[in-house]
Amino acid sequence: MVPLWMYLVVAAALFCLGVFTVLARRNAVAILMGVELMLNAVNINLVAFWRFVTPATMMGQAFVVFVFVVAAAEAAVGLALIIAIYRRRQSVVADDANLLKW
Amino acid sequence: MIDWTNANFLPWLIPVPPLIASALIFLLFNRSWFLTTLTALAATILSWGMSLAVLLRALGLAFGDPLGGSAFSSQIAWMDTGTTQFNIGVLVDPLTAVMLFMVPLAISMIMIYSVGYMANDPRRERFFGYMALFAGAMLTLVVADNLLLLFIGWEVMGFCSYSLIGFWFEKESAHKAGVKAFMTTRVADVIMLIGIVYLFAQAGTLNFRDIFFNHEFLAELASTPALIFGGAISAAGLIGVFLVIGTVGKSAQFPLHVWLPDAMEGPTPVSAMIHAAAMVSAGIYMIIRMYPLLAAGADPHHGIYNAPLMLMAYVGAFTALFAAIIAVAQNDIKRILAYSTISQLGFMMAALGIGAYVAAAFHLITHGIFKALLFMSSGAVIHAMEHGEHHAHAEHHGEHAAPIDVQDIRSMGGLRQRIPVTWWAFLAGGMALAGFPLITAGFWSKDEILAEAWHLGVGGEWFGPAVFVFILLAVAAFLTAFYTTRQLAMVFGGQPRTAAAEHAGFVDPEHPTPAAQAISGFMQGPLLVLAVFAVIAGFVGVHPDFPLLGAIFSPYGNPFHNFVTGTLAEEMPKVAFNWLPVLISFLVALGGIWAGWMVYWRRPLAAGQEDPTKVALDRVSPALYTAMQRKFYLDELYNAAFVRPAQWISDVLVAQIVDRGIIDGVLHFIARAATVIGETFKRFNRVVIDGVGDGIPSGIARFGGWFRQLQSGQVQQYLLMALLSALVIGMVVFVRLIGRG
Amino acid sequence: MELTAEIVVFAVFSIITLTGGVGVALTRNLFRSALMLLVSLFGVAGLFVLLAAPFLAAVQVLIYMGAIAILIIFAVMLTRGMVTARRVMNDQWSVAAVVALFLFAVLAVIFVQVGQGESAVLPLNPTGDPPADGTAALGQALLDPAQYVLPFEVAALLLAGVLSGAIYIARDDEPDEPSQTRG
Repeated sequence: MVPLWMYLVVAAALFCLGVFTVLARRNAVAILMGVELMLNAVNINLVAFWRFVTPATMMGQAFVVFVFVVAAAEAAVGLALIIAIYRRRQSVVADDANLLKW
Repeated sequence: MIDWTNANFLPWLIPVPPLIASALIFLLFNRSWFLTTLTALAATILSWGMSLAVLLRALGLAFGDPLGGSAFSSQIAWMDTGTTQFNIGVLVDPLTAVMLFMVPLAISMIMIYSVGYMANDPRRERFFGYMALFAGAMLTLVVADNLLLLFIGWEVMGFCSYSLIGFWFEKESAHKAGVKAFMTTRVADVIMLIGIVYLFAQAGTLNFRDIFFNHEFLAELASTPALIFGGAISAAGLIGVFLVIGTVGKSAQFPLHVWLPDAMEGPTPVSAMIHAAAMVSAGIYMIIRMYPLLAAGADPHHGIYNAPLMLMAYVGAFTALFAAIIAVAQNDIKRILAYSTISQLGFMMAALGIGAYVAAAFHLITHGIFKALLFMSSGAVIHAMEHGEHHAHAEHHGEHAAPIDVQDIRSMGGLRQRIPVTWWAFLAGGMALAGFPLITAGFWSKDEILAEAWHLGVGGEWFGPAVFVFILLAVAAFLTAFYTTRQLAMVFGGQPRTAAAEHAGFVDPEHPTPAAQAISGFMQGPLLVLAVFAVIAGFVGVHPDFPLLGAIFSPYGNPFHNFVTGTLAEEMPKVAFNWLPVLISFLVALGGIWAGWMVYWRRPLAAGQEDPTKVALDRVSPALYTAMQRKFYLDELYNAAFVRPAQWISDVLVAQIVDRGIIDGVLHFIARAATVIGETFKRFNRVVIDGVGDGIPSGIARFGGWFRQLQSGQVQQYLLMALLSALVIGMVVFVRLIGRG
Repeated sequence: MELTAEIVVFAVFSIITLTGGVGVALTRNLFRSALMLLVSLFGVAGLFVLLAAPFLAAVQVLIYMGAIAILIIFAVMLTRGMVTARRVMNDQWSVAAVVALFLFAVLAVIFVQVGQGESAVLPLNPTGDPPADGTAALGQALLDPAQYVLPFEVAALLLAGVLSGAIYIARDDEPDEPSQTRG
């Protein structure tokens, strides 16, 4: 059996890739993809922990279901926002959306 | 209530009308010639009337008791001086009474004369205002019963003389003459005031009767050494000397005589007023009044002299001769009279110096009359000459002759046909001045002086000052007669020497205007009045032992002498009648007149001819006549010694060095220092305080500007920061957990 | 440990996942990046299977790969951002890389230490087995009032609201006018 920590490390790597994508990519859609990566990493963690620690109850899996839901919702709203902004400003570069400043 | 008809109170009113008239003229009437003259004449005549009333009562001829040994007096309390009160009041004793005869008479005549003389002057109303003030001041002085009130009148007259001498102030010379008169008499007045103060300190009062009738006091004063020069002079002597110095200034004796000739710059009525009736007379009046004090500790009738008496005798006699010599070489008609005034005042002062009290008073009265007459007559001559000059110019349109000096006697001549009334008046006055025997007032008064001088000097007692006085006065009398005759000859005798003299006159015979005739009437009327008095006034002082005339005029003794001597505590000794001084008086007077006639009348001067006296003296020494004419260079000496240094001190020393240099320098320095300090503070404020004040905000702004870049608006940056912070915090917590665990 | 089939499969699917992730992060072309996301998601599904959660694997494929990733691809196409030669990374990418690496390092160290090191608290082996009928159990758990029906209903509500909001946000403001120029 693959030990737990390996799954965690993989999840951590995926998470960090998602972090990098969020922080470093210019395009807003790419940033959203990074967020999806991070959520997936969380899911992996959740399932791994469920399998190894409390496989008897369904709590872990239920949690993952909810994460799915939230991820979907968040992806929808985010993309809607991006499209709305794009329509106004003809740009999806995150750098250009800098009005919330001094 | 006060009974104003009482002779004790009436004297209060005598100075009042002219003073009120002066105020009215200056304040209200000065736009109206008519009102001005009316007020002035009315006031003067009113004063004259009251003076006559007082005089008649004093003589006992009307309205009540004669003066006798008492006097009319009245006083009021004026101010508190510590424990005592200072009273002022009026006093009419015999001396005052005779002054009240002469002074208002002369003043009234002069006022009437002025109406004619000043009729065409643009500032004539102002003139009358000053003249009224002058008259009021003189009358105040005459009726005063104490030295302070006398001094007040004295000073007011000094101011009026300044204003009137410099009346035509557009002329530089007139203005300067006024200042000179005031300044010179001021020098004397200050010293006199010191004397008055000293007297008050010693006596506690300045009232004449209180001082002069108090024998113990006078004796004590005469034996106390003075505060200064104590070893050489007594207190009475010092006071007396100071008072005499006041007269030396006011009555223009040597060396303070220099203002009087220059005072001729004023209009002629002013000269008549100042130099005859009023101001210079006031000086002599004062020392006659103060005689008991001046003679304290001395007895001139017995050869004991003290400092004031000797001062008066020597200065007076010297001045008499000195001025007479100068008068011989003068050519201005008024200047001759000016020097003759100085000379005659010297006569009076010298007379008083040797103790001839009554003679000095007598000569004062007669001189006032005939000198006023002479000045007014000379004014008439000048007026006539000015008319003549206008006519001469008008007739000879083409030729422009050089303008002549209408006052120079060398350009006159033959005027006796042109202006006969003036000629007779001038003759009367001139003969009185010269002392023409028997029929002129001047003879009698001058004779009395010479008689007393003879008696105390050459003729009997041989007292040194009296001898000196007699010799000098006799020579001066001779010269007086000489230059007076010279004046008469050159003005009225012979033929006219210039075109102006040819046409001289008051009224143009071809177009007689009422105005011109009125003017001539106003001017010539007073001359006649005074001329009469110039002849008869002397007859009140005839010596009872004089052959024939003595019996007629003085059956009970010399009236004047008897009357005036009541002024003093002790009666003045009468001098016995002596032929010799009378003869000498005859000789000097007639001799001088004869010499003048010989030189100037018999061969009258032609136009342009040199003065024979000058020619004669030039043979002795060329500089001599020039020196006489130039008044022995005394003015130049005073100018160099006193005037110029005083001007230098005020202009250079005080104005430039002290005022502009030092005081302004200090002020400028302070101003500059304040400016520098202000600038320093300003710079400190700008650099330091504003630097800090502005630096702090700008520093904060700069820091804010740098710090705000943190909020770039970039979401990803925010995220990065958040993550970083979380990491750091997490690690810290973890490490602590590990550490604890 | 010995090289069992499980390990191999695990390794394969891990690589697929991570490669996909790397591709998402670094691919310039946005469309390719989205496809790489798909790959990564597939890898995750495989890991779910390995972890005895087949239902979740299916849901992963259906929802994530089939809906969300497709949605993203739609967005990519609609926003014209894929055919750009502009920069891929923004100005702080180096810092981000360092931070991400650092985060990974920290997490990895922790997990290794916790899982295998001296203070190992994580079980090396599963402590038990999932229920025989796992999917049914999950369904029951989600609808059981004593368990997770509340979050389930709330999640439904959330979805409803979110989707309505998303539609509203993304709708065209003025139907017949061209969109406003950039102000």
